[in-house]
Amino acid sequence: MDKVFTRPNSLRDAETHYCAGCGHGIVHRLVAEVIDEMGLRERTIGIAPVGCAVLAYDYWNFDVTEAAHGRTPAVATGIKRVLPDRLVFTYQGDGDLAAIGTAETVHAANRGEDISIIFVNNGVYGMTGGQMAPTTLLEQKTATTPTGRDLKRDGAPLKISEMLAVLDGAVYIERTSVHSPAGVNKTKKAIERSFQTQMDKKGFSMVEIISPCPTYWGLTPRESLKWIEERIFKTYPLGVIKGK
Amino acid sequence: MAKITIEKDRCKACEFCIIYCKKGAIKLDKKLNKRGVHPAVFIDPDKCTGCVMCAIICPECCIEVFK
Ligand SMILES: Cc1ncc(C[n+]2csc(CCOP(=O)(O)OP(=O)(O)O)c2C)c(N)n1
Repeated sequence: MDKVFTRPNSLRDAETHYCAGCGHGIVHRLVAEVIDEMGLRERTIGIAPVGCAVLAYDYWNFDVTEAAHGRTPAVATGIKRVLPDRLVFTYQGDGDLAAIGTAETVHAANRGEDISIIFVNNGVYGMTGGQMAPTTLLEQKTATTPTGRDLKRDGAPLKISEMLAVLDGAVYIERTSVHSPAGVNKTKKAIERSFQTQMDKKGFSMVEIISPCPTYWGLTPRESLKWIEERIFKTYPLGVIKGK
Repeated sequence: MAKITIEKDRCKACEFCIIYCKKGAIKLDKKLNKRGVHPAVFIDPDKCTGCVMCAIICPECCIEVFK
């Protein structure tokens, strides 16, 4: 018998600290697989966020640095401009990217920086205890919206991918999901396209990945897959948003 | 004929592999693992086709597939 599936070299043989059913582990592995397949392990610099994925550098087997909360696109800009032949990507949660780091995200995209953003949207602030994020669904209960997110009080879910798509500097933006094997495969292809876009020096790209957070959705992992299909996709439809 | 191996003490029992195994070749173990959860176990090599669905959805990357 041949081994047909195993851990990629770019993913360390380490146990993660993530909760059961958290999507971060899947996305970490996909990034590692793509880097291995593109042969870029020695030329990659990742920038880890503040959020549950803050320890991503312990899991990846390539160079990873850290930035202040939400500032990874600014740090990525600096690194990429100094080392233009490297693959430079940021890995960010929705609190990191769509709340505290909105300005850095928008301006990096608008400048058309040659970087890739891996945007893991789980609709809450995971690391700090499940508070509402800008991406939280209407009526969704969180630690700071115990009766559900209210349109009048809290505004509508922020559709970052659609927002960035109108900027000339953004060349490729796609929304995918890791709630199913088919979704995982599509996500991998999207990450690959984003990294290739950067290596071809075409400009800014981002993959928004819908990812389960059973712990702070108050659901079992199984229920969280259903929640993604039945609720999240209504607000955040999947597909290529820019660069069809 | 195919088979999978699951690193039992890494499993957090999210059940994603069980949910997406079309052949029903994985179930939760009766015994607890080191984490104190009932980990996924491979039960049926006759049913396994080596489709890798379990492995690609596993958030812990603790499943290997052989064919
Ligand atoms: C400047 C600053 N403000 C606030 C915090 C607290 N904080 C840490 S993580 C986080 C939100 C993380 O949420 P998200 O980016 O969605 O990632 P997740 O944990 O859900 O993966 C916040 C507000 C901080 N660390 N630094």
